[in-house]
Amino acid sequence: MPKRTDIKKILIIGSGPIIISQACEFDYSGTQAVKALKEEGYEVILINSNPATIMTDPEIADRTYIEPITPEMVAKIIERERPDALLPTLGGQTALNTAIKVAELGVLDKYGVELLGANIAVIKKAEGRDSFRDAMRKIGLKVPESAIIHTIEEAKAASEQIGFPIIVRPSFTLGGTGGGIAYNSQELDEFCKAGLDLSMNSEVMLERSLLGWKEYELEVMRDKADNVVIICSIENVDAMGVHTGDSITVAPAQTLTDREYQEMRNAAIAIMREIGVETGGSNVQFAVNPKDGELMIIEMNPRVSRSSALASKATGFPIAKIAAKLAVGYTLDEIPNDITRETMAAFEPTIDYCVVKIPRFTFEKFPEADDFLTTAMKSVGETMAFGRTFKEAFQKGMRSLEIGVSGFGADPKFNLESMDQQDLENGLRKPNSKRFFQVFEALRRGMSVERIYEISFIDPWFLHNFKQIVEMESRIREMGFNGLDHDFLQEVKQFGYSDRQIAFLTGTSEEDVWELREKLAVQPVYKLVDTCAAEFEAYTPYYYSTYEVENEARESTGRKVMILGGGPNRIGQGIEFDYCCVHAAFALKEMGIESIMVNSNPETVSTDYDTSDKLYFEPLTREDVLHIIKTEKPDGVIVQFGGQTPLNLAVPLAKAGVPILGTSPDSIDRAEDRKRFQQFLHKLNLLQPENGTAQTADEALVIATKIGYPVVVRPSYVLGGRAMRIVYNEKDLAAYMNSAIDVSPDRPILIDKFLKDAVEIDVDAISDGENTIIGGIMQHIEEAGIHSGDSACVLPPHSISKEMIETIKSATRAMAAELKVKGLMNIQFAVKANVLYILEVNPRASRTVPFVSKATGVPLAKLATKVMMGKTLPELGLTEEVVVAHYAVKEAVFPFDRFDNVDTLLGPEMKSTGEVMGMDVCLGLAFAKSQLAAGQKIPTEGNVLLSMRHSDKPAIVPVAKKIIALGFNILATRGTAKILAENGVACTSVHKISEGRPHILDKIQDKQIQWIVNTSLGTRTTEDAYTIRRAALNYHLPYTTTIAGAESMVKAIGTMQQESIEAKSVQEYFE
Amino acid sequence: MKALIALEDGTIFEGRSFTGSGETSGEIVFNTGMSGYQELLTDPSYKGQIVTMTYPLIGNYGVNPEDMESDRVQVEAFLIKEYNAIPSNFRATGTLADFLKKDNILGVEGIDTRALTRHIRNAGALKGIVSTEDLDPKSLIQKAKNSPGLVGRDLVREVTCAEPYGWKDNQPAPGSNFSTAAPGKYKVVAYDFGLKYNQLRLLAERNCSVQVVPCTATADEILAMKPDGVFLSNGPGDPAGIPGIVDNIRALFGKTPIFGICLGNQLLGLAYGGTTYKLKFGHRGVNQPVKDLLTGKIEITSQNHGFCVDSTTLNPDDIELTHINLNDKSVEGMRHRKYPIFSVQYHPENAPGPHDSLYLFDRFIDMMQP
Repeated sequence: MPKRTDIKKILIIGSGPIIISQACEFDYSGTQAVKALKEEGYEVILINSNPATIMTDPEIADRTYIEPITPEMVAKIIERERPDALLPTLGGQTALNTAIKVAELGVLDKYGVELLGANIAVIKKAEGRDSFRDAMRKIGLKVPESAIIHTIEEAKAASEQIGFPIIVRPSFTLGGTGGGIAYNSQELDEFCKAGLDLSMNSEVMLERSLLGWKEYELEVMRDKADNVVIICSIENVDAMGVHTGDSITVAPAQTLTDREYQEMRNAAIAIMREIGVETGGSNVQFAVNPKDGELMIIEMNPRVSRSSALASKATGFPIAKIAAKLAVGYTLDEIPNDITRETMAAFEPTIDYCVVKIPRFTFEKFPEADDFLTTAMKSVGETMAFGRTFKEAFQKGMRSLEIGVSGFGADPKFNLESMDQQDLENGLRKPNSKRFFQVFEALRRGMSVERIYEISFIDPWFLHNFKQIVEMESRIREMGFNGLDHDFLQEVKQFGYSDRQIAFLTGTSEEDVWELREKLAVQPVYKLVDTCAAEFEAYTPYYYSTYEVENEARESTGRKVMILGGGPNRIGQGIEFDYCCVHAAFALKEMGIESIMVNSNPETVSTDYDTSDKLYFEPLTREDVLHIIKTEKPDGVIVQFGGQTPLNLAVPLAKAGVPILGTSPDSIDRAEDRKRFQQFLHKLNLLQPENGTAQTADEALVIATKIGYPVVVRPSYVLGGRAMRIVYNEKDLAAYMNSAIDVSPDRPILIDKFLKDAVEIDVDAISDGENTIIGGIMQHIEEAGIHSGDSACVLPPHSISKEMIETIKSATRAMAAELKVKGLMNIQFAVKANVLYILEVNPRASRTVPFVSKATGVPLAKLATKVMMGKTLPELGLTEEVVVAHYAVKEAVFPFDRFDNVDTLLGPEMKSTGEVMGMDVCLGLAFAKSQLAAGQKIPTEGNVLLSMRHSDKPAIVPVAKKIIALGFNILATRGTAKILAENGVACTSVHKISEGRPHILDKIQDKQIQWIVNTSLGTRTTEDAYTIRRAALNYHLPYTTTIAGAESMVKAIGTMQQESIEAKSVQEYFE
Repeated sequence: MKALIALEDGTIFEGRSFTGSGETSGEIVFNTGMSGYQELLTDPSYKGQIVTMTYPLIGNYGVNPEDMESDRVQVEAFLIKEYNAIPSNFRATGTLADFLKKDNILGVEGIDTRALTRHIRNAGALKGIVSTEDLDPKSLIQKAKNSPGLVGRDLVREVTCAEPYGWKDNQPAPGSNFSTAAPGKYKVVAYDFGLKYNQLRLLAERNCSVQVVPCTATADEILAMKPDGVFLSNGPGDPAGIPGIVDNIRALFGKTPIFGICLGNQLLGLAYGGTTYKLKFGHRGVNQPVKDLLTGKIEITSQNHGFCVDSTTLNPDDIELTHINLNDKSVEGMRHRKYPIFSVQYHPENAPGPHDSLYLFDRFIDMMQP
């Protein structure tokens, strides 16, 4: 069947900000889909609030709305654009849920918009627990014993029938938020309360726990002629009970005979048909009883998912692109397979390697949270690795994680040799982010595979493979460096060992092992990812390394440049950097230069095989990157776009003789090295807050006393403010120095004077070495002391004097010239009492580059790439700064609701996972849009609770007056109420929790509070304040933790009372 | 134990035996399935062939008594990337190494199987030899050149059953003329050219009483049993190298419904007056897309064949092409326009592979309706 000609205009909903369980994978899928539909001649309209995405680049879709993804906004866009169809299956759960609500508003019917891929009935059937269960039973498939409950009382009754442990899963939420495994009625009670609140339809499913069962997934595609194919099977290393996003997973399935695999395949196909997914990709999750093979269906997602991204990258089959083409009427046999060219998409990919995905956790950012993995996802990113064996892929995956380990064991980090045996067994029993180090230690101690299986439920097949790695470690130790001959070293490398691990085990250096391998000719070869296990010739150069005989890498002639990506997403280094890398590839393509991408993150656009000319899916370590350089011999390497990961490689690569493009590694070092940076600023007559560098705790105390408290302390060379704190006294500083030692062992601690109440400014600039153009100046909404990644900011600045802006600009130009910046640079300034301070200079792409590019319409990363390749800014037509006639507000999005016991206060350590942008000609509306996009409700009437720390009390008075003027009533805690009363602001005093009932919590529970403004010192000062903030989070109440934030919210509310929020595409802003 | 693999074109691959010593020759082919090694190893169509798996990790789930497709291992040797010695599966009763050893079949691991596969893809299926005994490349290459190969060779006689048997309780029961076969509504005579047990299991499940006869059975002998239908199985080697069978098959035309699979399809092609040819490296795997030309539907099929019917040699007035391979457009199914005869080149009985094509067995049952 050819494509449909009755539809012309298609609306796609994106997934919004990066949050836990919805990361870059939906940029990958959305971008593929938009491109695929445009290629077919459709006009594509896109809504996505996340500016750091490739899909929201103005040239990707025909009309791009960087607007809050709310049903109301989508309705406005539909009214404005009148699309013929809406494709809701490529933007994750956000898009699906929004589409349902839009349909329920009657908008789709009103404007005759057809849902493509899956209609409302299908989505509801798949996502509603009851309807899904009934559907499964109808086709003879088993689902775990369960009950749907809507009240706590129902939960109690149902639990008696099901029996503990019980899995609690709220319906219609993201990534299983609020779910968990309840072992007793008290826990059941807690989970159900939270779950009922989070569920869009106040529905929670209680389910028989299949703890210890094996978990599998199949990625399925169906076309409108009812042809169904399986793209990939995935087996989880962690057994049931751990969210699949938090599990180490392997493709393809390893421990299923064909009979069991086909049973699963049949079930998946039957489910597609019964649920009625008309076209596109879906994902089905299974549990298998390891004792008898009993098969249970866990769930199915009638949309492209995180696993689809994984399956696409693992097989080379572009699921999202094909899903988009199927949605407009093509059948699988009509769509060519890009990789083989001669075959069609109607087949099932087969792979001749093993793929391992490992989640990246971030518990160190939330020390109060319990490191316990359950059915609610907690990881913030993932990495994937290829190998010809599981052992090789797993070890490559471990070193791709970038948590400081070079593989599985053979590394000083996470050494658990001294761990108590009982603690070790408890760790194995209770899934946690470090469990695989515990498995390693258990095997090293000689615990039997049987015993480890018994308590961890990790399948013996995986454990035996782990054991082989552990045994190899002893063999390497025994052999010693002199015992490493060609054959043994080849075998060791086939086990996935890095040179660093071998060096560690033989007491030598990474360089020693590298040299030995050169001498013995033990070198990696590169194999293609080709969807077909070499049955057909592959035309797309998509490679991974292994140690075998034949090398398939094809060295090309002509100019070529390698781009190093950012590796797994983490807090502080996410999609923004991938965006820059992708732009570098696009820019090189425009210049006719071959681009070679290296990355290990399967969620990204950068690892799409058609983003760059060549793709190496490899760990971003010195060794792995140098190997590729040796093979490809690029003219240069771009390290300044992928965040800290490639930047950390700049010096080692330069030392190895690799040409680093753009700003020189020496300039980078000049900006990063404390001493050199001081001299640099001194030379330019620029100021920085008083500071010092300490290598010991004693030194730190001396420096801090000299500078005067409060001070900001942090380790050098980190991203995202890792372990950064504001310290108010000697005692806290001593405690910090004791805890911070392992953060960055051979690097000192930096101590700065904390500029209280200063305004922070972020500047992104581009320079060709001669000319410097300011890309954007952003004024932070929150005052200094809050990490710039967590702070909301406004472009252009809304309350900085013209003179100061000129000072900022000239300082930026001076610094760029002095550092001979070639490419991008980011500077953080602080303004206090009309004095400009330099906080930080980063001669590289920053997190804000995509935001600035979207806000100003200038593609900074692309231009910077061209500059690095030798173009001048005048040659590129960039001779003056862009002045915009609108405001763009960036707001951060936080994962607090994923972690119990975590305070929501902001500080110098970055905690946000993603960002959104609100754009409007009116600042108030731009801010309002940013809040809505970040999932914050904007209160329109009712009561506002004010509870301020002492030093903020005077400042709240004018804000409170405005709040009253907007028609709200004010509730305040005693101290705040007193100040307000003294200043003639009417308010009602409420009890803090410690003051007896009825207190604030009672008011919150009774829905008598609509907005909370609560400021506090940067630590968890009082239990009271913390409890208020957690309650706000749990009840989805808007809450503000700074005065500046409150002022902005007041402005937004005020504007919204007068004007309504309207949609406007980015293309219109720059027409 | 070190092992060498030598190809007739002079290429050498290295590996390690995981089943002890030995030497064996055959045609080297690759299979792209990621599961189903036990079924594949016991598939008689692999007689005369050395099989390499493109999937690198083999042995993971062991072996079990239920996944046998004949009574023994049929491949000449088995070449893989990594042997996983400790299986994990609730049905596993033994390891792959022991399973191969029992039938004295060489298993070799540590091979760059992707390089081997690419080599076969470019050079075509080649004669080869695997040895742990003779590690002299020159001598091995000569031996590979001298080995018999498949073309024109009648391997069917080596795998067909020695005596007729009935299918009962999911296993063979020696006996003729349905005397030992489990009773059923339809009497089916299955010509054993190297059949797979799952074909019999599926017929039995569909209420057939199945009598298996050796490839030497004549049309008269078969018709004397008054079958409701005749099944032509798969089998190894070159269809053109098998004397006598084609005449017997032709003699059944119009007398009884006929359903052919794989070699059965090729023999029907010859019986229709067409010819067969050797594919460059064959279709072996469980992901081959086939289009049913009658319905337009696509099925993902299990395949194992190196020869193919040449559609241009068939008389379109008599023979209708019903299925084609979507990858290379080769013949995947035919039916006779006048007689109740149909066949497919692939393996609708799967084992291993997708169950998309089971409808063909139902179609055969429909054909046998009185």
